[in-house]
Amino acid sequence: MLKIENLHVRVAGKEILKGIDLEVRAGEVHAIMGPNGAGKSTLGNVLAGRDGYEVTAGTVAFNGVDLLAMAPEARAAAGVFLAFQYPVEIPGVNNTYFLRTALNAQRKQRGEKDLDSMQFLKLVREKLKVMNLPDDLLHRAVNEGFSGGEKKRNEIFQMALLEPQLAILDETDSGLDIDALKQVAAGVNLLRAPTRGFLMITHYQRLLDYVVPDFVHVLAGGRIVESGDKSLAMRLEETGYGGIAERRPAGAGA
Amino acid sequence: MSSMASSPLLASLLEAPLPESGIAWLDAARRGNREAAAAAGLPDTRVEAWKYTSLRALARHAFAGGDEAAVGRAVDRASFALPGVDGPRLVFVNGVFRADLSDLAALPDGVVLQPLSRALAEDPEPLRFVLSRHYRDVGDAFARINAASAVDGVVLRVGAGVRLAAPVQLVFAGAAAAPALAWHARNVIELGEGSALALVEQHLGEDAQSHLATLVSDIEVRERATLSHVLLQQAGGANLIRRNGLRLHAGAHASMHVLELGGAMVRHDLQVALVGDGARFDGRGVFMPHGRRHVDTQLAIRHEARDTASSAHWRGVASDRGRGVFRGAVLVAPGADGSDANLSNKNLLLSRDAEIDTKPELEIYADEVQAAHGATVGQLDERALFYLRSRGIGLAEARALLTGAFCRAVLGDIAGVPLREHLETLLMAQLPA
Repeated sequence: MLKIENLHVRVAGKEILKGIDLEVRAGEVHAIMGPNGAGKSTLGNVLAGRDGYEVTAGTVAFNGVDLLAMAPEARAAAGVFLAFQYPVEIPGVNNTYFLRTALNAQRKQRGEKDLDSMQFLKLVREKLKVMNLPDDLLHRAVNEGFSGGEKKRNEIFQMALLEPQLAILDETDSGLDIDALKQVAAGVNLLRAPTRGFLMITHYQRLLDYVVPDFVHVLAGGRIVESGDKSLAMRLEETGYGGIAERRPAGAGA
Repeated sequence: MSSMASSPLLASLLEAPLPESGIAWLDAARRGNREAAAAAGLPDTRVEAWKYTSLRALARHAFAGGDEAAVGRAVDRASFALPGVDGPRLVFVNGVFRADLSDLAALPDGVVLQPLSRALAEDPEPLRFVLSRHYRDVGDAFARINAASAVDGVVLRVGAGVRLAAPVQLVFAGAAAAPALAWHARNVIELGEGSALALVEQHLGEDAQSHLATLVSDIEVRERATLSHVLLQQAGGANLIRRNGLRLHAGAHASMHVLELGGAMVRHDLQVALVGDGARFDGRGVFMPHGRRHVDTQLAIRHEARDTASSAHWRGVASDRGRGVFRGAVLVAPGADGSDANLSNKNLLLSRDAEIDTKPELEIYADEVQAAHGATVGQLDERALFYLRSRGIGLAEARALLTGAFCRAVLGDIAGVPLREHLETLLMAQLPA
């Protein structure tokens, strides 16, 4: 589904990603862990198409198509979703209107018919219920006045509604208390499907207690320095990230 | 010298025959204002109030005075139809009253609504004070010209305690004519003690016309009266110079929503005086110059009595080579203790060649005053744009969504929902693609 090869990315003239290789297949959950400043969020933002990230080498293919050549909205329509680390407050834009515009914009790009307001509201109510979110969220402006936990749950709710093929979760666990973390994790688990891939970017191992990954990668100094299964995450929890930056890239030999 | 002494514009305005009413004081006032306009000329940009609005280009044009064909000009009623606005209505085309388009049938007891020309013919005396005014400042050139030349307009009086349910609609339409015309309207509005009025005022015009219109309104809001005033400007290619003067007496409340969507050269002087204790003014406005349009708002609020309150929030969006000007001046006079003033102007520039000049001013000479003011000029929030796009919304639609939200923020408290939604639709339609 997603194939990243030798990806080099520069931000403001500084090289942040220095050769990432990663493949996510349908149905897999990959966790990207690493210390602050390792380039984790850069990876998520580059995949979603944010401005200000200069790809200097490498390729990213999504279902065989060059993802990097696509506009952010085209990536979304193709099935890429980024749950933001810091969801943006948009005063004056009603949540319902935003969600409907987004869903129908994606459907249009895929050559599908618009959902009418009845169909849309039915779908939205269904997803709200699954996410255990109150109806009044629909009448508020996008993320405006939401608590940290509500913002993160709203991201997962949007993901549930938009049903992407590839979901990138950028530190969705950060700033959450344990109850909110459990709710977010439950939402993610509900969306796990054989047709869907996940890339979970996180600093801490605790999210992985609730959303158990198939693969764990350690990103440090702009490279993936170690890959393994969930036991790698547990080992990191014990030893910390200390010393990891000096490790050689995975598979690069001694 | 802070004026352009001679120009085709001024010459054409001064050459137009001075209207004669046969009312000695009125004819004297017209003559006096005409002479003062001739002596002072038009203000140049060294006059503070005209610093960012140069009349140089406009001054090169001459305008014909009066439109004899105005009574017969075809005007589509749909052009001024508004949802939820179906009460009494006065319509003027090129400054001339159109009985055929107006509707005075639904006028409740205690309300006078008639064209100024008729009010003067019936009983000029009540209008004497307000129409005898002489304007002193060189920046008042167009008020003088209006005072000299306007022969019609609106007289609206709401009796004490009368509370109108339906909004009163005032329509000023410019219809294409060659050569371009100068037309004028003079409005006198008074709300009696404890009365209530909703006013919807429209300035309309096709893109194909390039008239010069001056409109001067005096609005007196007596003790405890409430005014809700929506001003919708879609004047197409017109040059539109307006002055609204509001005086709010004790306990009176006026709310105003101004939408400037059209006009080639638009000027709005909004002068609010809070003259009675506890008077309150809430003003909201949006101006959206695009193409090569120029929209200038000069807001002046004077707190002259105790415990008065004002809030004024204007938003500007300029695209293409559009130019916006906002000057908001709040003055809290000596003795206006306990007053509360809040003024802001936020602006968006949607293109490199667009320009907005904004200047909030605050002068406080009283005690225990709460005052805040601020102005910003910026671009759309890149983070919000990316957030919307990351959800599948295309760039153009994302921009429109954010720009619309920016403007709508000041329209939220318009009372009538159908009217508010209609205005929001007009506003969205105005956004650059």
